[in-house]
Amino acid sequence: MVDFEHWEMPVKYSGIVEEHHSVRKAAGLFDISHMGEIWINGLRAADFLNWVLTNDVSTLETGQAQYSLMCNEVGGVLDDLYVYRIGAETFLLVVNASRTGRDMLWLEEKLEEFGQSNRVVLKNVSQDFGAVALQGRASEKILSDAIGGNGLIKVDRPSDLQKNEIEAFALGNRDVYVARTGYTGEDGFEVIAPAECIGDVWNRLLTAGESEGLKPCGLGARDTLRLEMGYPLYGHELSEQITPLEAGLGYFVKLGKGEFVGSFELANQKEMKPNRKCVAFQLTDKAPPPRAEYTIWGRDTVWNTGDLNMIGKVTSGNQSPSLGIGIGLALVQSSFAGLGTKLEVNIRNRNVPAEVVKKPFYKPKD
Amino acid sequence: MSRIPENLKYATSHEWLSVEAETGTVGITDHAQEELTDIVFVELPEVGRQLEAGGNCAVVESVKSASEIYSPADGEVLEVNPALTDNPGLVNDDPYGDGWFFKMKISAPSESLLDAAGYASEIGES
Repeated sequence: MVDFEHWEMPVKYSGIVEEHHSVRKAAGLFDISHMGEIWINGLRAADFLNWVLTNDVSTLETGQAQYSLMCNEVGGVLDDLYVYRIGAETFLLVVNASRTGRDMLWLEEKLEEFGQSNRVVLKNVSQDFGAVALQGRASEKILSDAIGGNGLIKVDRPSDLQKNEIEAFALGNRDVYVARTGYTGEDGFEVIAPAECIGDVWNRLLTAGESEGLKPCGLGARDTLRLEMGYPLYGHELSEQITPLEAGLGYFVKLGKGEFVGSFELANQKEMKPNRKCVAFQLTDKAPPPRAEYTIWGRDTVWNTGDLNMIGKVTSGNQSPSLGIGIGLALVQSSFAGLGTKLEVNIRNRNVPAEVVKKPFYKPKD
Repeated sequence: MSRIPENLKYATSHEWLSVEAETGTVGITDHAQEELTDIVFVELPEVGRQLEAGGNCAVVESVKSASEIYSPADGEVLEVNPALTDNPGLVNDDPYGDGWFFKMKISAPSESLLDAAGYASEIGES
């Protein structure tokens, strides 16, 4: 067990690599109860969210979800999160555990500025809700065996959900939310439920998955799986000092939707092109795995002097369990961000060769 | 409970040492490999390098972290386990056998090495 933002979390159950492969080949179950949940309700809830988040909430229909970012005035990322539209005026935000308190303060402050506090209600329900993620190709069958009944919003059964859709189902006398979302790149679901029944959800899924190769998975596998997809982790690829454009998340920044917090600076940065970028790289030789904070070096290409300069740092790195090589994400000078660019990673005072590659590192198989 | 063979000496930093005449074989304990989880890379010392008891001599990388390995004795590296280059998982599978790290010519073992019972107590398994 480790202390993760005051949540006691297992790094592993049976073993990180074994858990990792179970998700890639069958299914894995993660306790993600540490994630924060914030409800946003009211007549102007959609407008408010569109002003504090970078993605366009107005494109969401009830029962749909999107990845989004919350930025400060200079475009730095306060948090990355998922927005679920539960109703015309009701949204659920799922945010990072470490950022929940900060997010709430920021949202309250921004709501005051927005000036519609009687038409938007914020509620942090992180302590009242738990969540689990069921990930992997066997997820649909397992979930269908564990949670049945008719949906309360739109679709009939959990298996009817498309990617990025959410539905509520009755479990006993409680409603649980089932979303076809995740952080592993595989098909899968996240179940968000009142804290008093999340244990029941966990047990039902584990039982239903017994014959399908389902394994409980810890934070370690969660990290290696997301890394193979090139997904960012707050505190590594994202921070208040890093913009979504630098992080390579421009797709989730809808500059055309009208003014929003940080839009001026982000539009400006897009115009000028960011001078650093988050890239995916892999080691080209057998070497120790790259780790966060290792320095990245590149040969001068502007003057072609061949000089080796420090051009960035690793933000996340590890040995890819699926590929068997060292992979990582790094924030580097933009001139070194092109696919195929040769880099060097300094590992314990020795430079090992690496190359900028396309994300994801690993393509999940259908 | 992890395995702690009676015939070995142990460092509190979780290395084991077996001694035959003046030659020592070094590896990491079953407890250590369990704690480190899946080992994906082992960086071994160069043959001929002079090691000092308690000094860094190798690095073990698991999917969780990189960990330093300390020499349990003063002496010269005679041979390293070539199998670990292609199959670092041997350390997880057989930490006291095929997963050995290196052999050394011992000039003086560390004075603080423990016997099996001492190590068991050190890791709270006695």
